[in-house]
Formats: sequence, C-alpha cells, structure tokens
Amino acid sequence: MQDVRMRVNGTEHLRKVPPRMLLVHFLREELDLTGTNVGCETSLCGACTVLLDGMAVKSCTLLAVQVHECEVTTIEGLAEDGRMHPLQKGFWEEHGLQCGYCTPGMILAAHDLLSRNATPDESEIRSALKGNLCRCTGYQNIVKAVQHAAGMGREQTGKGGADGR
Amino acid sequence: MAAKLFGSSIRRKEDPSLITGKGKYTDDFKLARMAYASMARSPYGHARIKGIDVERAAKLPGVLGVYTAKDVRKSKSPGVVPVGWLLPDIKTPPHPILAHDRVRYVGDAVAVVVAEDRYIARDAVDLIDVDYEPVSAVVDPARAVEDGAPQLHDEAEKNIAFDWEIGDRAAVEAAFDSARHKARIQLRNNRLIPNAIEPRSALADFDDSTGQLTLRMTSQNPHIHRLLMSLASLGLPEHKIHVIAPEVGGGFGSKIHHYPDEAIAAWCSMQLKRPVKWTATRSEANLTDAHGRDHVTTAEMALDADGKILGLRVKTYAAMGAYLSTFAPAIPTYLYGTLLSGQYTIPAIHCNVIGVFTNTAPVDAYRGAGRPEATYVVERLMDQAARETGLDPAEIRRRNFVPPDAFPFQTQVALQYDSGNYQGALARAQELVGYDQLREEQRRRVENGEPPLGIGLSTYIEACGLAPSAVVGTLGAQAGQWESGEIRVHPTGSVTVYTGSSAHGQGHETTFSQIVADRLGVGVDQVEVIHGDTDKVPFGWGTYGSRSAAVGGSALAVSAEKIIEKGRKIAAHVLEAAEEDVEFEAGKFFVRGVPSKAQAIQEIALQAYLAHNLPPGIEPGLAATTFYDPANFTFPFGTHIAVVEVEPETGSIRILRYLAVDDVGNVINPMIVDGQLHGGIAQGLGQALWEEAVYDENGQLMTGELLDYALPRAHMLGNFELDRTVTPCPHNPLGVKGVGEAGAIASPAAMVNAVMDALAPYGIAHIDMPLTPEKVWRAIHQKGRS
Repeated sequence: MQDVRMRVNGTEHLRKVPPRMLLVHFLREELDLTGTNVGCETSLCGACTVLLDGMAVKSCTLLAVQVHECEVTTIEGLAEDGRMHPLQKGFWEEHGLQCGYCTPGMILAAHDLLSRNATPDESEIRSALKGNLCRCTGYQNIVKAVQHAAGMGREQTGKGGADGR
Repeated sequence: MAAKLFGSSIRRKEDPSLITGKGKYTDDFKLARMAYASMARSPYGHARIKGIDVERAAKLPGVLGVYTAKDVRKSKSPGVVPVGWLLPDIKTPPHPILAHDRVRYVGDAVAVVVAEDRYIARDAVDLIDVDYEPVSAVVDPARAVEDGAPQLHDEAEKNIAFDWEIGDRAAVEAAFDSARHKARIQLRNNRLIPNAIEPRSALADFDDSTGQLTLRMTSQNPHIHRLLMSLASLGLPEHKIHVIAPEVGGGFGSKIHHYPDEAIAAWCSMQLKRPVKWTATRSEANLTDAHGRDHVTTAEMALDADGKILGLRVKTYAAMGAYLSTFAPAIPTYLYGTLLSGQYTIPAIHCNVIGVFTNTAPVDAYRGAGRPEATYVVERLMDQAARETGLDPAEIRRRNFVPPDAFPFQTQVALQYDSGNYQGALARAQELVGYDQLREEQRRRVENGEPPLGIGLSTYIEACGLAPSAVVGTLGAQAGQWESGEIRVHPTGSVTVYTGSSAHGQGHETTFSQIVADRLGVGVDQVEVIHGDTDKVPFGWGTYGSRSAAVGGSALAVSAEKIIEKGRKIAAHVLEAAEEDVEFEAGKFFVRGVPSKAQAIQEIALQAYLAHNLPPGIEPGLAATTFYDPANFTFPFGTHIAVVEVEPETGSIRILRYLAVDDVGNVINPMIVDGQLHGGIAQGLGQALWEEAVYDENGQLMTGELLDYALPRAHMLGNFELDRTVTPCPHNPLGVKGVGEAGAIASPAAMVNAVMDALAPYGIAHIDMPLTPEKVWRAIHQKGRS
C-alpha cells in the first residue's frame, strides 16, 4: 500500500492505496465519485476523462499514485455553488447527450479545449473531441453544446469582467 | 392554456442528473459485502475442454469462489440461456451459461472467479488452468455449410440452424423469364459490434433469508430478463426476482439479449449469499456482446423495358454465431425478408435465408436489426438497375414507388404498409439537396478530370413499432409485443407514470411526460415517469424495434383516456350534470356551455381518493393501466441522400453533404427525434465507411479493441441536414411511428450508393462495406490495370 494525497474538486484526500490502483477506480470506489465512467480501460473512449491540474487526461490509464500531490477535477466538481457550468448548460440546452455515459468525459475534454481556445470553430471542436467516443448523438449536438458554452463564455466576458469559465 | 407539449422541443428531464455526474449506472452501485466476478474465457475459436484446474486460483487470498460448469450442474439452477424466437425446423442446441465440454467462440466463458475486489478476481482468472484441445473453426457463414466444414453442434447438420423462405419462387422464375433487364449483386453485410459506451454489467444481491434476488443490470427490457432468468438460467420463481435497469449507457440492441454473464453473476450471488458485481471490460464486450449483421447475399432483380420491377430473388447466408441468441432467428427472417419490397411495387419476390452457426460471437438485433440489411440489398440493387437501364437512380425509384393512393398496400412478403408518400419525401430531398445541380457538377468534374462526385440515394422503408402480438406469435415469437402503461393521479393531482418501455438514452421521461401532461392538462413537471424496475412497473416488453413511443406511448395515451372518462363520471356527479354534458379540456372538467361550472382534475383526483361523494358504482382512486397491443407494425420511410467526393490517389472519401427527409409520423419532441436520427445516421455511416468485426480463420477476433474496431469519432463526421414529412400512423392514438432505427437503416445504402456513383466512371459497380480508403484505392487501380 502506498500513500496518495490529492485535491479532488477542492477537497484534500489522503489515502493508502495499492500501487496498481487506477485513478478512475480511486475516484469511483475510494471517493464514491461515480460520475467518471469507464468505457474501455485503454484510453480510447474518453468516458473517464478528468482534469488533472486543469488538463484533460484519461483516468483509466493513470495510476492513482501517479497523481500524488496533484489537483483533480471531476464532473461532480464543475458546478459552482449549485450553478451549472456553461458547458453543462450547453449540453442540456442543445441536447448534447442521450444515454449520458460519455457526457462527463466529453464535457471535461471540452473544458480543456475552451480553456485554451475560448472561441473554437466547428472543426477545432471536432478535432479536440476526437479522443472521446459517443455512440448516441453522432456528435452534431455535442458540437452545438460546446459552441453554446463558448457563446455563454463570450457573453459573460462581454458583460464586464466575469470569467466566462 | 399552456402551450401544447406534444410537438415541442422541451429540454430533457433526464439531463440534470446526467450532466452533473449524479446519474447512477449499474457499475456505480456499491453494496455492503459486495464481491466482484471475473470470467475465464476461451482463447480459442473452437476447442474441446479436457480439464479445468481451478486450485491455484481458489487459493489466492481474497478469492471467495471459483466455479465451472460442473458446479452449475450440481446446483438446482437449469443454467442455460434460451432462444426466444422459433422457426419451423429450427435447431436449438443448448447454450449453457458456462461451457462444459466444448468452447465454440473466443470469449465463451468456462469458469468464473468471485473475489473481494476486481483486481484480485482478474489475477485469479489468470491462475485457472484450462486444458484445451483446439479443433478447426469456421467463421464464414457461406463456407460453414460446405461439405467438410467444421461442425459446431451435433444437433445442426452442416451448421444449419434454419433454412427459411418467404415469397413465391415460381412467380419469380416467371418474372425473370420475361425480363428485359436484370440487375445482380453479390454482397457482404459487414459484421458489426454494437459498442454501447457503457459495457454490460450486473450487480446481483441474493437474500438468503427471503429467497429474493435483486438484480441491477444493463437491460433494455427488465421483464424479459426476469422471465428468462427465472425460466432458464436460475430456476428462481419469477416473483422472487427483482430486476432493475438503472441508468443504462446505450444499448442499440446489445442489451436486449439474455447473456450468460449476467446469469452467472446472479448464480454466484445465490451460492455465496453476497452481492456479486460483474462488469465487462471493453474487450469482453467486443468478444461477447451479440454482434450485428454478417450476411453473405446474392440478389437479382428482373425489370421490364421501362425499368419497372418484375421480380426480386434473394439468397442470404446469415451468421448466427456459436449459439442462438435471444431473438437471433427473427432478425434475418421476419425483420429482413419481409422488408425486401422496399418502397416499391414488386409483383414477385422470393427470399431464402440460411441461418448458420459459426465460431464467432452470437449475432442478434443491432440497431435496425434486419431492416438495414434488407434496405441495403434493395437500394443497392436499385442503383444497379439504374445502371442496367440507363435511368437516373431517382427516376427508376419514382417509376416503382407504391403510389400514395395505393395504401393500405399488401406486399408479396407478408407486410401490409398502412400509409406512405414516398414520392413526397424523395421530391423534398431532391429539392433540398439541389439534385439537378449536383448532377451537373458531377458531369463537369468528370469532364475536367477533377476528383469525382458521387450522389447516393436511399429511399427506405422500415417496419417498426413492434408489434401485434398475435401476428408475431404465428411467426414464432415466444413473446408478446404489446406494452404496459399505468398512470396514477395522486390525491394532490400530481401524476406518476409507469411504463414497460425501458429507456437507455431515448428520453422517455421527457416524451412520455409530454404525452401524459398534455392529455391530463397538468404541468410537465407534475408528471414523474418510472421505468426499468420489475417491482414497480407492470409487466412490459421493453425498448427496441423503435417501439417505445408507438406502443408504450400509446398505452399511456389510452390510460389517460381512461382517467379522463372516470374523472368525467365523478365530475358530472359533483357538478350535478349529465355525464354527456361534461367536457374536459386543459385540465378542467366543465359543463358544456357553462365554463364557470368546472372542476380541475386535481379537485376530481382528491374527490376520487376521499371517496366521500362518488357516484354509484364508481370505485375510489384515480389510476388506470393499459396493456396496449398494436394493430399493425408502423412504417416510417424517407429519402436519404449522401454526397461524396472520392480522391482517386488515396481512395479516401469526403462526405460533402448528408441530407435526410424522414417521415416518422407525428413528432412528440422534435429535438429528441433529430437526436435519434443523428445517432442512427452516424452508426450507419460507421458501418458503410469504417466498422467491421473481423475474425481470422481460427476464430480469433482481430478487432477486439477500439484501436482496431473503428467507431466514428467527432472529426470523422460533419453535420447532417434533416427535414421531415408527416404522414401520421393511422392505427395508434398518437399517430407516431418510431424513429430509433431510421438513420441506421437508411444511411449505409445512401453512402455506398454515393461512393459507387462516384466510381462509376472507373467501371466499378460494387465494393463491400466498410469502404476503407485501401479498398477503394485497390478497386480504382485494379480497374485501371485491366
């Protein structure tokens, strides 16, 4: 067993875990954060995407102990003060999900994109999401959802100072 | 009065919990003392089991039990998975939940480990020593019937599970004798892996003190799973099994079927008296989820001098895989052969389908289930016929469409189409896409030696809204196909709806709320929809075959009428009016002509429960249950047009446009309907361009991971242009037809027709799906050399 300390969604956790425990299992089974889903265990589907120090990573191919002293954000940590993140609103407004299984990973991958590029065009969105599989939507409304969120971000920035994301 | 909900794109009720990570899928549940199961699976496509040594695995610390077929046979459970659809003379070899003397496909489970955590369970699986004697395998359905091919089951000579036919062979012979033109095609409908992003999972909790099994599982139809678990797998009485389908992460057919794994997890829980969870890895899912399609087909069409179809002849070898999956026999027969008339008046049709055992994962319903295969045959043949006759593909279709005034139309392959306007959808699609200009552009490109443009049509029909129970009964279904819908109006007037449909992404909580809220005149937020729980919901048959709205929704519409009729009696009594003078609108009962004399449905609900002043003969309470059996299938149709550019130097295909005009009848929630079409089209384009499950000759799955099974990704697709015509279904109270499968049915043919249209100047008539750049490049260059 090995010590691992990480801040997840703003809360510090210190646990002893087997060295081979995957980050996604740590999140799901140790911390009960089951919003992060497992789709393939080979980093090909992206359902398990979380933010590691702000960057999107696939938590199924990282060991929990590799994330020692890091900051992790999961889908459960995206809403602030009970208010949905613009990406969450975008997915709701634009019907960006059907079964919802890929959605947390998709939202966090899009979060990574918008943190680098606040005004992505369609091909930039499609390219940024190519590591995340969705079998339900054909991606069309996912693209619209991200555009919706980017638009909300611009609106908020335009209205005077609030950080869009 | 509030805006009508039926027909409006309200946001989904399902979404807030899903987009915040709070929705719970099967693997998200954690129970006290929960253990984890992992399967030992055959690495061989075909082998005899000479012995299984589990001793080392059993001794690993943390392992609670290791079981093989011997243990299942010693228990009181029957331990098999059954076939739910029988055909004349069908061979149904037993399918044990754990293989005992022979494995027949890679992934066939031979033993199970249950351990304290999932890591230990997998470690222990690696310590199980199975002594296999590999034998020859066969994976191609057309070759499996040849003399000398390896035999999978003693019961099925030449590996033939069934030899089925429909139509009039003699009439077709005569049609070909008098034909002026003939079109012929040989094709493979590529084997697909459904790949719901949530892998299959089961969490079984057997309570020894009550004998009750609670089984959370990835199911599209919890009551079917309860029934089959009881009858065939576990032997527990049906009332002692509680199946719950929590959030389900996509299905596309793959979660209809009753598989060994979920039954094994439940059986293990019964042995250990502890909760047992099993969740497939992606590679397990790809090995064991029922695959789709896998047909080898020869089809011929006879036409007269004007391009009118005289006859159609189809012969198909349909892979069944190693065992018959739950509804497998129905897919390439009654959901395929019966669709071969397409949108056309075809005076003579004959279709022969041989269902064949192969050393592969079982094949069963996958989005569209038989209808995409039929559409592909018919629509590819129409394009071949266009080439033979020199007619434009749109013109030859128009000449053969069932005319709008010919409905109800009886085809030569059993179905009676109830309604349609095929010309209308084609004309609309041609207009929207700018068909004539595209043909012009196509000619210009050929003249200028630019990369060729291809325009592909798919004018499809589907039969869905499954299905009239008596009809499917005569065809071999061991199941009914009606649906249950219960409405309970509570004393405060809020409403809970229980449906036997079982959503896994379709948005039933939203659309069914729209149906009920509209009819009862209450707010959509005053309606709660409960599904996917056998202890809460009356028996129902679940969600597949684009049936939920047409059958499940209709059940609720009828229940709402019953509620209103009872409410009217109570209101008449309270308002001291004659029942026939009481009208109901927008949630209010009122005396005709005296709108002030009114009682809201909420007031009537309270009266119904208080029962202080009910009319004579009226029972207390305000609830209604309907078991709705549809009068017919429904027949959505439409025209899809793909426009592509092919790059001859690389064989790569660029999708320039994809336009769909669909007629799915009345639309409850346009946003959700569009979403269903997007997803269906994407899956169909996946089949046409990228996806294929490939087995080598030994039965090894070469595409067992997402690295080699190419699912469409965001950057591989563009935006689809959607439009609709509306021809309401004439036989259900909502006028809806179903939309879940339309996209996947229409789009493979549209895409392949487009690419073949582009390649016509090269003299290329057909390439089998998926149209990978390599295959296209080879076709161009081989033609160039010859």
